[in-house]
Amino acid sequence: MRDYFIQGTYFAASVLFILGLRGLNSPATARRGLVYAEIGMLLAIVGTLVHREIIQFEWIIGAMVLGSIIGVLMSVLMPMTAVPQRTAISHMFGAIAAVLVGIIEYRLHGAELSTFTVGALGFEILFGAITITGSFMAFGKLQGFIPSPPITYRFQNPSNILLFTVAVGLFLYLIYNPGATSAFNLLLAASLLAGVLIVLPIGGADMPVVLSLLNSYAGLAAAATGLAISNNVLIIAGALDGTSGFVLSILMSKAMNRSFTNVLFGAFGQQEGDAALVGSTAGDRSIRSTTLEDAAIQLAYTRYVIIVPGYGMAVSQAQHQVRELADAIEKRGGEVRYAIHPVAGRMPGHMNVLLAEANVPYDKIYDMEAINEEFSHADVALVIGANDVVNPAARLDRKSPIYGMPILRVDEARNIFVLKRGMNPGFAGIENDLFYDSKTSMLFGDAKSSLNKLVAAMKDV
Amino acid sequence: MTTATLSQMLQLYVFVLAGFVGYQVISKVPPLLHTPLMSMTNAISGISLVGSLVAAGSGHDQTSTILGATAVLCATINVVGGFVITDRMLRMFKRSDRRQS
Repeated sequence: MRDYFIQGTYFAASVLFILGLRGLNSPATARRGLVYAEIGMLLAIVGTLVHREIIQFEWIIGAMVLGSIIGVLMSVLMPMTAVPQRTAISHMFGAIAAVLVGIIEYRLHGAELSTFTVGALGFEILFGAITITGSFMAFGKLQGFIPSPPITYRFQNPSNILLFTVAVGLFLYLIYNPGATSAFNLLLAASLLAGVLIVLPIGGADMPVVLSLLNSYAGLAAAATGLAISNNVLIIAGALDGTSGFVLSILMSKAMNRSFTNVLFGAFGQQEGDAALVGSTAGDRSIRSTTLEDAAIQLAYTRYVIIVPGYGMAVSQAQHQVRELADAIEKRGGEVRYAIHPVAGRMPGHMNVLLAEANVPYDKIYDMEAINEEFSHADVALVIGANDVVNPAARLDRKSPIYGMPILRVDEARNIFVLKRGMNPGFAGIENDLFYDSKTSMLFGDAKSSLNKLVAAMKDV
Repeated sequence: MTTATLSQMLQLYVFVLAGFVGYQVISKVPPLLHTPLMSMTNAISGISLVGSLVAAGSGHDQTSTILGATAVLCATINVVGGFVITDRMLRMFKRSDRRQS
């Protein structure tokens, strides 16, 4: 009877997880979907707690209470701009749990395990351990205590491939000798090291792909745990998360016109060298820098503005000021829309969340495909802290390293304002012709303070 | 050394089919909601909590219990934190007609 109850809760939880994710296909149903998923998780936990094997509760309850407190605090106190790093560290916690379950399972049963179970445990350790250290590295890079530019060294790819081969070798050895504790430990160590080395050469702009990939690995680790301990709800939830992360990483790679392997094996590190040769020389061209007052006058009388936010907006936490500027333009009868490149920011959908935080209604936020035709009708395109995703070289310059990457066609707007900290090239280290366009006016400075001044200046117009 | 049992083979079916369902469902999520999607799937993948609970509560030996309790702690942070932040994000998404002033 009890077993049927447990299996019933797991079954219900699996269905609720799927329904929950389905809710996310529209913002109108998303919160209902979240409630489904939460109920599913609650059911799965309750179902597990009545498990006959569980005989002592002190540790469990203590850990759950402490974990809930930490989880709530982390999520409530954190500013929305920090969502990418929070996601990274959360992947790490999930993976630690999966790996620990694997270690316990192996400690208890070790040599008696079947080939199937040891194989599942091996996958669990491999994906879980890569996710632990990989997510921690991503967290460090996003938080800024690990340098964000790609860290490269000689023989990087060969040594990574060697490490990967060693890990696969240990994995196979373990399958044939389930009792080989040292192989198990070495596999764990090699996977932990691989997580560090995979993320080292990855730069800030590639973070959306890496976070998606780690999301996927965290799910696969959970699914492997399920296979190892014969638990369907773990298998299903893990498979859902695994495919979700996988779908997102493919979308992100496409948005950068790069393959998975290209992102993972640090191709941008190599391209930076080429970029110096390819990037057009800046020397003989002039940049038109404009004053805030002139920009304010122009924005005050404009009819149609498209705002293009990028990571720079997140860095200076300028989303509220962006909204205020949009309000000021709308008050004077202008129309404002927002154009979001899929890889703007540091994780999929990063910009959308920040704009939503600033109360920008989501029906004014457009994806790249939906808005690209619109730029030619826009009076002003206002670029806030975005660079490579608006670089026309991706469309026009066959020699450019980012040639072929889909971009927002900002250069088709009648006037372009670019808010930018300085003339540093973007992440890819490529000159951006947009900044030298005769239609472009540059507004140098911190996005937040520039926008504040713009809003103030518009009041005086 | 034993090979996979029939029920273990069935688990592989479950895994693959759930993956296909996931693919279909996730492909329909608009880019607008990609960040909440990631934090929600992240919370769901904290389902390792289920395995951690059994490991921590079975009273095997001291080491297993401590490792298990650590797993419960981490998985709970993952689950609770993931759901709370997803809720915080989804709360913010509004249409223009509902906007004040």
